[in-house]
Amino acid sequence: MRRNTLSYKCQQYAMFAGLSTIAFAAVVIIPFIYGLYLTLTSWDGVSVSKPFVGLANYVSTFQDAAFWQALGRTLIYTVIAVVLVNVVAFFLAYLVTSGVKGQNFFRAGFFTPNLIGGIVLGYVWKFVFNRAFTALGTSLSIGALSTSWLATTNGAMLCLIIVSVWQYAGYMMLIYVAGFMSVSKDLIEAAEVDGCNKAQATMNVTIPLMVSSFVQCLFLTLTRCFMVYDVNLSLTNGEPFGSSIMAAMHVYNQAFTYKNYGTGQAEALVLFLVCAIVGVTQVYVGKKAEVSA
Amino acid sequence: MVDNEKAARNKKISHVIMFIVLLVLFFCFVFPFLMVIINVFKTKADITVNPLALIGEHGFTVDNFPNAMQQMNFLPVFGNSVLITCCSTVIAIALASMTAFVIVRNKWKACGLLFSLMVASMVIPFQVLMVPLVSLYGGIFGVLNHRATLIFMHVGFSLSMATFMFHGAIHTNVPIDLEEAADIDGCSRWQTYWKVVFPLLKPTIATVAIIDAMGHWNDYLLPSLVLGRKELYTIPIATQVFYGTYSTDIGLIMAALLLAMLPILILYLFLQRYIVEGVTAGAVKS
Repeated sequence: MRRNTLSYKCQQYAMFAGLSTIAFAAVVIIPFIYGLYLTLTSWDGVSVSKPFVGLANYVSTFQDAAFWQALGRTLIYTVIAVVLVNVVAFFLAYLVTSGVKGQNFFRAGFFTPNLIGGIVLGYVWKFVFNRAFTALGTSLSIGALSTSWLATTNGAMLCLIIVSVWQYAGYMMLIYVAGFMSVSKDLIEAAEVDGCNKAQATMNVTIPLMVSSFVQCLFLTLTRCFMVYDVNLSLTNGEPFGSSIMAAMHVYNQAFTYKNYGTGQAEALVLFLVCAIVGVTQVYVGKKAEVSA
Repeated sequence: MVDNEKAARNKKISHVIMFIVLLVLFFCFVFPFLMVIINVFKTKADITVNPLALIGEHGFTVDNFPNAMQQMNFLPVFGNSVLITCCSTVIAIALASMTAFVIVRNKWKACGLLFSLMVASMVIPFQVLMVPLVSLYGGIFGVLNHRATLIFMHVGFSLSMATFMFHGAIHTNVPIDLEEAADIDGCSRWQTYWKVVFPLLKPTIATVAIIDAMGHWNDYLLPSLVLGRKELYTIPIATQVFYGTYSTDIGLIMAALLLAMLPILILYLFLQRYIVEGVTAGAVKS
């Protein structure tokens, strides 16, 4: 009886979920709504007043050529990185589930880059690209290696892609490994009895049953690559000549370096919408392709 | 019989080939780490001459470590990282699991609303929230530059995902009969939760702890916006600032990078199985 009263419900809710409701609201919900309001003001980051400017920030967002360039660059980078990460990760997962000796050791090794933050990884690779590869190129007299790739426009993008593939492949490999394990051995044996060779069994039985793993990995890599910041900052810092500034870095600079907080926030919102649309479409298309055994 | 032998031999050959391919890939994956490890024991001049040599001309040196530790202020920075990571993770687990409990066991509108908001908020990237966070907490409340503020924000950000995972765990792994039995024995809901439900959540607690702790430990952007004073720096911020100051002194840089990676690599050596399982479980559930 006592349990149906409103005061009991309030007391229970406050006891178990009160603090988290406050923290969640204060850190996520209120800033999100306040952020929508900020896009309508021209705040400079210092003054108390936030002059209301209507949609001016959205107009300047659409006129900000550097932003659209960064967004386009991010799209190209994301497409290439996502494809490569998933191809490499799937290949690794295939190798480490094939019953080769020491597969747990290899799995642990491939996963290691994920343990370390993007800032540190970027600096480690900066050393590798600037010093180790150039030394290798000079000593073996390979022309392409003897100057640092980070110094050229396309080279810097290539470096970013290489580091992203290296960083995420091990993580995605774990998800694909879980996918491989979930496919029943009986089905593969049945396919082999029916005359499939190993490659055919993988193509026609294993992969269709692993669609949910693909959907998940694609979603994770897509959102992470789209929002890349840490590695971008430490590896290239947008150099050379601002040619490797990704969208997230552009937003950061717009807000915190140039103090255009309103425009920066509006651009962040556009970035979020693009990312959300791409992500949701991908999941929706992927779910449709799912089959069950 | 002959066929069987042939098949067995083919299998063996293919395994050997795969093993070699794996070894080569493994070498590629650890190559950057190897580079740091071999160069950290060389002098600056030796690294510049040949970063690929195992030992430099001036021989083996460990001088880079004490220098880097001192310049980077490593011990206090390490302490900050440990403190912030531990507090954020423990608080997030306690709050999220309690929230998930009240959400799963009651069909109240407020619970449904909170849960939907949490699930929806998981798609919001940090970039959308950073400007309003700085504006609210820096401009209006003036509470930036405190470790507690960062811990509070870490907790707020990790709640959604953690609640979601505990929600699933309580839903499937905690039998309601047990709770009813505790109820009849005279436990309050609070006691039932901490004495009966919480201990049953151990596997999920481990998963959430690993994912959150790794996220908090490696986070750069949020701490760099919240912690502006040198004595509050965490490892990623200290590394970034250190690199900016000493980028020409490559020996020091190597030592600093190794110091930044070492704590988590050592932990990985001991907890490898749990970390790999935890990360997989976390990824597959979300």
